[in-house]
Amino acid sequence: METKVKNEAVDTSHSKQFVVFKLDKEEYGLDIQRVLEIVEPSVITRVPRAPKFVKGVINLRGEIIPVMGLRERFGLPPIEDTEETRIIIFKVNESSIGAIVDAVAEVIHLSPDEIEGLSNFSSDNSLDFIYGVGKIDARIVTLLNLDKLVNYAKREG
Amino acid sequence: MEMSQYLELFIEESKEHLQNLNEHLLEIEKDSENMTILNEIFRVAHTLKGMAGTMGFSKIAKLTHDMENVLQEIRNGQIKITTHIIDILFKCLDALENYTNHIIHEGTEGENTYDDVITALNGIAAFDGPGELKTAATPEKIEHQDRVLLEKIEEEVFAEDEYVQKVINKALEEGVNAYKITVKLNAGCMLKAARAFIIFRTLESEGTVIKSQPKVEDIEDEKFDFEFTVVVVSKVQQKQLEQQLNAIAEVDEVTVHRLGRRELAADTQSGEGQAQEEQIIFSNAGKEPGQDSQEETTATPQASKPKTRKTVRVDIGRLDNLMNLVSELIIIKTRLEDIEGTGQSHNYGEAVEYLERITTSLHDAVMKVRMVPVEMVFNRFPRMIRDLAKELDKKIVLNMFGAETEVDRTVIDELGDPLIHLLRNSADHGIESPEERKAKNKPEHGTIDLKAYHDGNNVVIEAQDDGDGIDTEKVKQRAIVKGLIDKEIAHSLSQKEIIDFLFKASFSTADKITDVSGRGVGLDVVKTKIEALGGMIEVETKKGKGSKFIIRLPLTLAIIQALMVMLQKEKYAIPLSSIKEIININPEEIKLVQKKEVILLRNTVIPLIRLNKVLDVPQAEEEEKKQITVVIVKKGDKLSGFVVDNLIGQQEIVIKSLGKHLSGIKNMAGATILGDGQVALILDVNALAL
Repeated sequence: METKVKNEAVDTSHSKQFVVFKLDKEEYGLDIQRVLEIVEPSVITRVPRAPKFVKGVINLRGEIIPVMGLRERFGLPPIEDTEETRIIIFKVNESSIGAIVDAVAEVIHLSPDEIEGLSNFSSDNSLDFIYGVGKIDARIVTLLNLDKLVNYAKREG
Repeated sequence: MEMSQYLELFIEESKEHLQNLNEHLLEIEKDSENMTILNEIFRVAHTLKGMAGTMGFSKIAKLTHDMENVLQEIRNGQIKITTHIIDILFKCLDALENYTNHIIHEGTEGENTYDDVITALNGIAAFDGPGELKTAATPEKIEHQDRVLLEKIEEEVFAEDEYVQKVINKALEEGVNAYKITVKLNAGCMLKAARAFIIFRTLESEGTVIKSQPKVEDIEDEKFDFEFTVVVVSKVQQKQLEQQLNAIAEVDEVTVHRLGRRELAADTQSGEGQAQEEQIIFSNAGKEPGQDSQEETTATPQASKPKTRKTVRVDIGRLDNLMNLVSELIIIKTRLEDIEGTGQSHNYGEAVEYLERITTSLHDAVMKVRMVPVEMVFNRFPRMIRDLAKELDKKIVLNMFGAETEVDRTVIDELGDPLIHLLRNSADHGIESPEERKAKNKPEHGTIDLKAYHDGNNVVIEAQDDGDGIDTEKVKQRAIVKGLIDKEIAHSLSQKEIIDFLFKASFSTADKITDVSGRGVGLDVVKTKIEALGGMIEVETKKGKGSKFIIRLPLTLAIIQALMVMLQKEKYAIPLSSIKEIININPEEIKLVQKKEVILLRNTVIPLIRLNKVLDVPQAEEEEKKQITVVIVKKGDKLSGFVVDNLIGQQEIVIKSLGKHLSGIKNMAGATILGDGQVALILDVNALAL
């Protein structure tokens, strides 16, 4: 936590805030500007013939919102919902979409020099929805590119 | 400067004005002597010009300005209204509509200047008709000649401007004074623009500023030294005006001259075009409070993004009603909270009942807000029929009834095309030429009646013509030629069955193909569209007497009646409108045809679709049921049987979209939210049925 405070003091104008969530054993980050809200899982209605990782749709205050399982999306083994399971609702192309994650951890500040681009990784196709990697001390947070995450979804669907 | 908020208003109002213009032009065509209508047309053109000027749409302003000239001369009796003039005015209207559409989509008025229309307009004005206009030229006439001569001259001759002079003359006639005021500001003045603004405000409060030198925009941008001159028309006395202006701080010197009446001479050097438009811009902008509205004159329309949002104009009473209901909702919420606190359970039931009543009313109120009169579609038809009649050389009268009938906005948008098709059909195929009609002892004028009315939960629209009617014999022959039916069978067909051929794709009975219709597309498209809207279409026809097309549509597409069914543990909705019947069958009744499951229902072979399989519903262990429930649905004329596990019942559901991200999903028409907050999907019968 100390580092976080330090970051803020050093450079708040260029730093970005990310919502950090857990998936399996890794930590991922989403640009907080894009996150609308985080809700507890409700009843999900399955949508037939949708891509595998689309778990279905939920009713969020009268709006129908598609929800994807990020575990399925990343090819991780599915688990039962726990106390910590959350759905992160974010906006892509002006319409809302939800992602099921194992747990939401915190909000962090990252300055540009704490974010490493993807060039160090291979040009593997499966990585194109990763936008960079954030480093805080020993922790590593994978930062996701939301547009790609969903576009990719569309291609497959 | 953000203009989009004004832009929306501009578009909305322009549409209204154009519609007005359209109607009035149609009226004046019938009654060319009616000055009231003419004045109304003039007023609309003038308003449009002002609005366009304010928004910086100079092409619209130019066109409307030229229209005004012509109209003015008609008003003065210089020109007589002829069909030719009406035609040109309609062309102007079309051009204006195109401009407006361009603005809606692109945010700009586009490049097209419609030079031909403008030339035609000026042609009318310049045309000295035989036997007309031989008396001494009036100022307006000369003014016009100047305009033609000085079209491109953009001189800044202050106060000599013919437009300004005209306003001054008018003002003097009405006993209002005109002043030329020169204001000199203190050399130490820091915020010249702001000071000038205060002066303008003061002047506007007493009268109207009709001209300013330098231009208002320049003054706002501080592009002037310390002096500017304005022409003001005002009822206030000279002294008083001087006093008021001198009372403003940092004003060094005020010179006020009274202006007199001056005839416009033929050699007036007018700062045509440019300067004139600017004055209009200014006088309009100046009426709106605050500096913002003046700034908008300098903003370019390009800066704003295209606006394509759908809007509905709502009666304020309905909004008030909505507001009241929402207040009630808040009250009942508080009441429920209180009950929770005190634990009085007997009041609870009462409160819930009340809540139920409010939500029902709220629902009704919201639906009412979405309702718009069919007039929105109807109002473009008179013009269309007029043009068609001309094109086809027929005489047609269009009568419209029940234009105030209200339909949901979603339906309205889809209604236009099918109705256009039907009316074109009536005009082209139905109504005969005047000679033919005379020979048949019918009035020369053909009549098309367009009626709209409510019938239960439907809205009915009828298009009836007194033309020749549908020649069923001809249709039959055509069907045989096209190989649609056997000759033998054809003879046993009922009239209705024969007429149904008309709704088949690429089927036209017109002997010759005209521009208007008869390319064999049309009625099938109409039928498909109407059915896609959940409606139906019927035809009644009598040879020689005419035909009547009857369209029935649901009042709204947002709420439908649906049958809720269970597939294992999942709930789905099937729109009731596509369900024909529900039957229970024994498993033995299922037959196989080419390995596909079918059933026989009253001698009709109906393919079976096992929804569980098609929709990949996770199966619990398969147990052989004694009875299978089959929902028979219709897709067009064809029937299919959906096998479901259980029926829940009929229910009114609100259709919601699945959203952009799932738009590619087939088989689902949308989703709805059930009483318990869960989402149920609505089956797309057309996609699922065979």
